[in-house]
Parts: sequence; structure tokens; C-alpha cells
Amino acid sequence: MEDQTKTATKAICYHCGEDLPKVKYQTDNKNFCCAGCMAVFKILSENNLCNYYVYNNTPGRQLKNESHLEYLDDPKIIDQLLDYKHENVSIITFYIPAIHCSSCIWLLEHLYKINAAIFSSRIDFLKKQVTIHFNHEEISLKHLVETLNQIGYEPLISLQDVVKAHSSSVDKALVLKIAVAGFLMGNVMLFSFPEYFGLSGFEKQFQYLFGWLNLAFSIPAAFYCGRDYFTSAITSIKHKHINLDTPLALIIAVLFLRTAFEVIFATGPGFADTLTGLVFLLLMGKWLKQRTYHHISFDRDYRSYFPIAVTTLQNGKEKPVSINDIKIGDRLWIRNGELVPADAILMKGDAWVDMSFVTGESEPIHKVLGEIIYAGGRQTTEAIELEVIKPVSQSYLTGLWNNDNYKNNIEKQNFNDSVAKYFSLGVFLIAFAATAYWLFQHDSHKAWSAFTAVIIVACPCVLALSTPFTLSAILSVFDKKGFYVKNTDAVEELAKCDTVIFDKTGTLTSNENAEISFSGSLTNEEKLIVASLLRNSTHPLSRHILKALNVERFYSLKDYKELVGKGLSAKVNDHIIYAGHLSMLPITVKSVGETGVHILIDHTYKGYFDIKQQWRHGLGQLVSKLSTFKLQVLSGDTDKDYSMLKTIFPEHTTIRFHQRPHQKLDTVLNLQEGGNNVMMLGDGLNDAGALKQSNFGIALTDNINNFTPGCDAILQGSALNLLPNFIQLSKDGLKVIKISFAIAIAYNCIGIYYAVQGTLYPLVAAVLMPISTVTIILFTTLATRWFARKNKLI
Amino acid sequence: MNILYFLVGCSVLMALIFLGAFFWAYKTGQNDDVHTPGIRVLFDDEVINEKSEEDHFSS
Repeated sequence: MEDQTKTATKAICYHCGEDLPKVKYQTDNKNFCCAGCMAVFKILSENNLCNYYVYNNTPGRQLKNESHLEYLDDPKIIDQLLDYKHENVSIITFYIPAIHCSSCIWLLEHLYKINAAIFSSRIDFLKKQVTIHFNHEEISLKHLVETLNQIGYEPLISLQDVVKAHSSSVDKALVLKIAVAGFLMGNVMLFSFPEYFGLSGFEKQFQYLFGWLNLAFSIPAAFYCGRDYFTSAITSIKHKHINLDTPLALIIAVLFLRTAFEVIFATGPGFADTLTGLVFLLLMGKWLKQRTYHHISFDRDYRSYFPIAVTTLQNGKEKPVSINDIKIGDRLWIRNGELVPADAILMKGDAWVDMSFVTGESEPIHKVLGEIIYAGGRQTTEAIELEVIKPVSQSYLTGLWNNDNYKNNIEKQNFNDSVAKYFSLGVFLIAFAATAYWLFQHDSHKAWSAFTAVIIVACPCVLALSTPFTLSAILSVFDKKGFYVKNTDAVEELAKCDTVIFDKTGTLTSNENAEISFSGSLTNEEKLIVASLLRNSTHPLSRHILKALNVERFYSLKDYKELVGKGLSAKVNDHIIYAGHLSMLPITVKSVGETGVHILIDHTYKGYFDIKQQWRHGLGQLVSKLSTFKLQVLSGDTDKDYSMLKTIFPEHTTIRFHQRPHQKLDTVLNLQEGGNNVMMLGDGLNDAGALKQSNFGIALTDNINNFTPGCDAILQGSALNLLPNFIQLSKDGLKVIKISFAIAIAYNCIGIYYAVQGTLYPLVAAVLMPISTVTIILFTTLATRWFARKNKLI
Repeated sequence: MNILYFLVGCSVLMALIFLGAFFWAYKTGQNDDVHTPGIRVLFDDEVINEKSEEDHFSS
């Protein structure tokens, strides 16, 4: 047993925890999977930062390819990025997706040890942000980012400012309002207590003081803390529409007016306790609704994928230019792995463009000179020169986002607002009926008190609280299972869905466990030769294949050449070997597929390595559980998997291939016009339009730190099988809300019984409200847990 | 019992001071990140670590 654990710890990279290849890199008795990991370790050990490895095992991540940072020398771009600049101090905040453990915090807060020009750095762990104070006279921004890259913490600098987009997750003013409301409630309760217990003659002299103090505390409660309800009510009435805030605003107003009257005319203690308690609870409910995930952004668009700057050629010289400043006619210089930011014509170079962002097709497409390359394409071979024909904001890809079709034209009405209308109507009917009765009896005092009391007692505050409490409890259940929903309103949308659309690549298939197969045959000797060649490349495909080959020794190479993005060639033991794309082989090979890594040894074609994406586990079960829904599959890919999909999905399922992003969007639109509530599951930018348009868009990802397109929820690939349970729980959640509404009505009936008689004593109101609130909170919490257990989510 | 007027005033004043303190703390960003400081306190002091690092190499 002990031996096993020992070998297990030895067989992984000390830095990143990846399995070690057969031939490994070693320093200081520590094993590394690649030169990159070893380099990071060396930098850290030189700077005495090896504590990094003490707090966690294998805290590192493999280094990615180098990126070009010339644009960080441009003063205009620097100004755009810096938070603050004064004399020699600059402050900048980076978003670093790689932050994931306490070692990351430790290392990034000790940056000053690596470079003395860095004064201090502080991490916000949940937001994955680091704020760095540095001396810009001694270290340039470019150098700073390079330093971060070297230790494996590459900041993400994109066109959409992730750092600033994150900062407004909870309304700051709301928290302050809650604090004030809590303060007011506590004090009012204190001054109302004597009244509850009955006052002796001697204490009566304090009654006026307490009354006036309560009135004073009611003013900020109604007009500062409760202001939003009034503004919301006024706007909704202007639009001839009643939302839940309308009756709430009315109640706050009535409570305040009655308190003021009673205190000023010394007729009673007033309802200050009910008023402040109500406002406090309402704000708490609102806060619960607003709370969302710090670490996940749901509102991303193409700008988060675009770099902030691009290299242009001006009179033959490279010059970085901010993307927003690109004009028609500019010459762009796009290197291997860089994104084409605007629709452009190919002027020079050999373009193999990966259009998976735009079309979902994962194979690079060959473009010839003079052809248009759409924005969003990623160049996979040598650097190319392009001429811009449309500015960034008007490109084909951008057009998908600026489409006016989006959700805002779908009338979204949640349960609360639809009920609020009837609720208000009912309350008014009872209130006016009671008033009319007492006026008929010639008791105008009782008429007034009955009218106000009915409105106070029939408070829909339970309605305003049960929804956020239930839905946020559901959110936290989802959260633990790897399903991150944007907000509570989205849960209601989820419950209403009746149609589910799947994307294929990355959604039904998984990129994580791709399987490598070789068509053809290789002898052991040939395997060694191939492995020796691939070992020198950092391309992810080479690494994948090398791992699959699993050889124990390597030969040395001569004449090693790497055509970036296309393939490798070298001389091994007098054999000339090529590995890579079909077009780079010196001979033409017929009757084989374009895809994969082709191997040629000594002018003999040996076959090719193909990377097959695996279907996610349990798809069949998932589909059969979703049998009550209308299902569709939309794929941007070719129809090579048609027969496979046929066996998984039921017969009447629509399966379409070669779908371009706007076609996916149109499909969703058509279904919605047919009265369907559409749920869309996708993963890439090519699904982004459809995700946004659908009633409930789910972005599927294998790593939640990766970028996902804008959506209503992010689902971890491993939790896909639980989707039917998630939907069921959201439906149960709506049931809970409806039941709690019934309970609230029962409480209201008791209150109204007293209220219509005009004998509602403030104490009854003050007791009834907290009791009903506590009942509802208990009920929603327990019921949600019970339903979650029933759906096997706890 | 007139002292009660004074005491009531005191209690309101005290509560206002606490409310003010919360406003100040919130506005200066002390509640912005409540997660990281909890991890940060667990890091050991530098000096001790450098020593243990040396021992580690020699052994």
C-alpha cells in the first residue's frame, strides 16, 4: 500500500501534477513533465519562493505558448489598463484565470521578491484578481506581464474589461440601506416594547417621547430605505401595469401616514415597528435576489475573446494598435494562434484559419489570397498579412450580438408580478368594502382605521420574500452540483422550458478525454522515431500523441524543422520523417481524410493519428429522461456522426448539421414564435447568439474557469446527466412558492378578520408579520431541501 | 426618572455611532473581499521558512 502511494507521487510532475512522460526532466531530485514546468521551478527556487510548493502539492499549471505583448508598450493602451498613476507609482488590476489555490495567493503576493520594482500585490481570490502596485519607471507594464507569464500566471487582457465588469455584482447602496433599516428596526422595537407590556400611569409621560422617536425613525425607513419601491411603483403605474412593488409601496405609504397621524394627534402608538420590520425584511429579500457568483461572469460577449490590441503593418513596420482604432484599409499582421479581429482580405501568406468560434467546425480551413477571412477566425500556421474591409464593430461576428432579436422583446413575467395584480385588486376590494360598511354605520373613525388596517395586514411581503428564499435555496443546491445559474429569475425560466436544443461539438462530445487512434501500422522502431520527433514540439497535438505512444527512450535528431501549425520534420537515424498536416508532406497521398496528423517516413506513407472526441457518458440515459421535452440537435460540424446521433436520440428528433451561428439563432427564434420555451445547451462562441436568444441558455464547460459565452447558466460537463433533476427541482421550487403563497393568504385572513372590524391593534400587526415571515422562511427552506433530496441532488 | 431622557439619547447616539462605523467600513472596501484574508493568515512567516528550506536541501 505504501509503495503504491509512493509511486503515485513520483509519477507526476512536481510543478503541475500532469503524468510524467517516460523521459522526464529533472532538477534537485524533482521530476517535471516539460521544460516549461522546470523553468518555472527554477525561477522560483532562484528567488527563494519554493514555499509555493509547500502549501499545496503540484499547484502549478502547464505553460501555454508564448504570447506577443508589444502592444503593452503603447502609452494609449497602458492608460486604458491602469487603475491609477502618480509620479512613479502605478496600480493595475489583472484578471488571472489560473488562480485556484492558496499557493497562488502566496506566490502572487510575494512578487516583490522576484522584482524589487513591484511594491506590493494583493489578491482577491474569489474574483481571481490581483492588484499590483509597481514603479513604472523601473519596470514597464510589458515586463510586469512577462514576469507573470514566466511563473505561469498569465493575465487575461481582453477587449471587454473583465475587471471592471465584475465589480458591480451587488448593489452597494442596497447593503447600506439594509444597515440603516436594521438600525431603525432595532431602535423602534426598543421603544415599542413598553407599549407592548402596557404602560403604568407613571410611564405614560414617556409615551410621547417614544412615539415621536418612532416617527422620526419611520421617516428614513420610508423615504430612504423604501425609496426604490416608490420609484418602481410610479414607473409601473405610468406603464399601466402593476408589479409587486406597487402594493408594497402602498403599504409603506399607508403605514407611514397612519403612524404620523396617530403620533401627531396622540391617538395611539402607530405602526412604526411594523413599518421598519417590513422594510428590513423586504430589503433582505432583495439582497438575496441580487447576490450572484463573484467568480463567474454570465455576460460575456465577443469582446472577452478579442485581444485588446493587434499588430498592424505601417510602411512595412510592425506597430501594435488598439482594436477600437482599426480602420478600413489597415494592414494587419496576424501570427500563429492569434485571432483575426475584423473582417479582412488575405493579402500575403498561407492562411489556415480555425473558424470554430464562428462556425463550430473544428478543422482549419485553407484560405487563398484575396479571400475574405471573417473576424473570429484563428490563424493556425505562419503569420499572414490582411487588409481590413470592415471595422471591428461591424464585422459578421459582432453582428450576431448587435442583433435586435434578443430577449428584451420577449415579455418576461414572473409568478410574483402576475399574482401581484390580482392580489392588489383583492386587497382594495376588501378595504373599500370595509370602509363602505363603516361609513354606512356612520363611524368615520372606524372606516379610516379599517381601511388602513386591511392594507397593512394584507401585506404581500411574504410573496416578496418566499420567491427569493426558495429560489436562492435552489441556487445553492445547483451550485454544489456544478450548475451555476445566473440569478433567481433564471430559475423560474428554467422551470418553464419545454424544448431542449443541443449543440454537438463540446456539448454532446467532450474535449477532455479525446481518444487518439492510429490508422495504419507502425513497428516499435518506427514508433520510437515518431516519438523522438514529436518530443521536440510544444504543440498540444504532439503532446497528446507522445503520451499515447508511451515510449521509453528517444533518438537524437538532425535538421529539425517546425512549420508552425502545420507539422514537423527531421532526420532520425538516417530516416527522414515528416509528421503533420497532409499539405506539408512532400508527396501527395490520396484516399485519406484531411484531418489528423499524418506520418511519412523515408517517403513511405505510414498512416495518420486521428483525434476522436468522446461522447459524454450517460447520454442515452439523459435523453430518455428528457423524453417529455421536444429535443433538437444543431451542429456546426459535418454530418459524420449522424448515424451515431440517430441511435441516441428518439426518432422524431430534428438533427441538423452545417449550422451557422445565425441559423442556430433563427431556429431558436422560430421555435419561440411557435410558442415554445427553448432551452439551449452550447459551449462555443458559435452558439452564443442562440444561447442569448433562448429562454434559458446553458453554457457547458469542462472547466468553469474557462471562458464561456454569455448565458443564463453554466453547467459543468460532469453534471450534464443531472440536467433532468435540475429542471424538476426548479419546477418543484415554483410549487413551493405557490404553497407558501397559500400559507400567507391563511395568515392574511386572520389579520383581515380583525382589520375589517377596525380593531387592529398595532401589537397584533407587529406580531403577525414576523410570525408569518418566519413560517414562510422555515417552510421554503425545509420544502426545498425535501424536494432536492427527492430529486437526488443532496 | 428624568435620567431616562438622557439614557435614551445615549442609546440612540451609540447606535448611530455603530451605524456610522459600518458605513465607513463598507465604503472603504473592508467587506469587498471576505475570503482571501482568511487564507492569508495561514501563511507562515518568511524567516522560519527560509531556514526550513535550507535544512531540506542539506538532508
